[in-house]
Amino acid sequence: MKFLEIAKKDLKAEFRTKQMLNSMVIFALLVIVIFSFAFGNEATIFVSNLNKKIVDLLAPGMLWIAFTFAGMLGLSRSFAGEKEEGCLEGLKLCPADRSAIYNGKVLSNAVLMFLMEMATLPIFVVLFSYDIKNIPGLIVVIILGTLGFIFVGTLLSALTVNTRTREILLPVILFPVLIPVILSAVTASGTMLANGDFSDVAGEMQILVVYDIIFFVVAQMVFEYTIED
Amino acid sequence: MRTNSVNNMLKKIIYAITTVLILISVYLVFFIAPIPIDPGSAAGDPNNFKIFYFHLPIAISAYLCFAVVFVSSILYLRGKKQKWDMLSLSAAEVGVVFAFLTLVSGSIWGKSAWNAYWVSWDVRLNTSLILFLIYLSYLMIRQAVEEPEKRARLSAVFGIIGFISVPISFLSVRFYSKMHPCVVPPCPSGGGGGIGGVVLYYLLFNFAAYFLLAATLMMLRMDNERLKEKANELKRKSNL
Repeated sequence: MKFLEIAKKDLKAEFRTKQMLNSMVIFALLVIVIFSFAFGNEATIFVSNLNKKIVDLLAPGMLWIAFTFAGMLGLSRSFAGEKEEGCLEGLKLCPADRSAIYNGKVLSNAVLMFLMEMATLPIFVVLFSYDIKNIPGLIVVIILGTLGFIFVGTLLSALTVNTRTREILLPVILFPVLIPVILSAVTASGTMLANGDFSDVAGEMQILVVYDIIFFVVAQMVFEYTIED
Repeated sequence: MRTNSVNNMLKKIIYAITTVLILISVYLVFFIAPIPIDPGSAAGDPNNFKIFYFHLPIAISAYLCFAVVFVSSILYLRGKKQKWDMLSLSAAEVGVVFAFLTLVSGSIWGKSAWNAYWVSWDVRLNTSLILFLIYLSYLMIRQAVEEPEKRARLSAVFGIIGFISVPISFLSVRFYSKMHPCVVPPCPSGGGGGIGGVVLYYLLFNFAAYFLLAATLMMLRMDNERLKEKANELKRKSNL
């Protein structure tokens, strides 16, 4: 349970300043606000041959753009902070398995991201006067998608922290690998928002679960190579 | 020393065979081979369909290159031998070039067959694009790290991650495109049919030619790396 300690340390440091969380929430809010400016008037138009409003078509994409972009902010700082003052060296000296560092970071990143998403969803509902039909289903999809994002993102964040252009490199290498998660999460959330059921998105749910499991396991195996020197 | 010269001899023979095979394959495709697939009601010149003879072998060669990156990345992390890193780099570079050529030749064919360069929700198109993007970012990682040992280690990790995500991308794109029914004639579900007889022989010949081409380019690239290594060593020595 050493990873719990590491996560606790991260969250304690974060909640002292709330620097990261604040900027993530505000960034996500800004993304949603920009979308509401851009699509505000047209969003309520009813597309008769699809039997949907335009906002129904755009909502899942807007939500996941806000989530992933804001999440990227947190990820890129998650190991960069450790790089200063040799904190990473200290972590590596901990009498724990290397994968405990990874698991701890995953946990703290996931907590931050879930908090950000909890703040973003109501704002989205208010700005678009939107009505989410299947809330439990949407929550499950968001949790699975976020976990996939965090599992890969934390690993690649540890990888890019050693490079010259870390803040630029992380999104460039992360998004191609994330395509399965983003595609499945967007389609599944779209169905959930429009009162779908899990049976309608069985394929997407399978992909999300399989992706989460595979990358969690692979990351345990390769993480130590990203921080060794 | 003797094995070295035998090795060089062998390499030269392989290069020569590759050159000859590629030249023959180009001649065959342009002048002798039949149109591989019934063009049906396609808009363009039916002869455009011959690009298939290039398109498929190049695509499969790119996949093979990426598999080589995956395997040699694992081998590098296990033994930390520099030659595996060189092999991953060479395979990734050749693979990216071949993947790009796959996209280009596919788009050219698409313009003729579907009257559009790009059909956004076709499975194969998107998987090829994702593959290309993943290995472009692999090369970006290599560019961003200067220390050779660290570069080899980090890029090997990404080589493994990237390759694992490819089959899942393939599946996810297939689920996604279920919402967008396939309307253009060569559908992924109904494709692959109609290849047989004489077309198959020409195709296999092209496969041999392009596999050899990929291998030759990889060998040349590795020689290149080795020479670079040697030059660096000489520089270091003369500074002392």
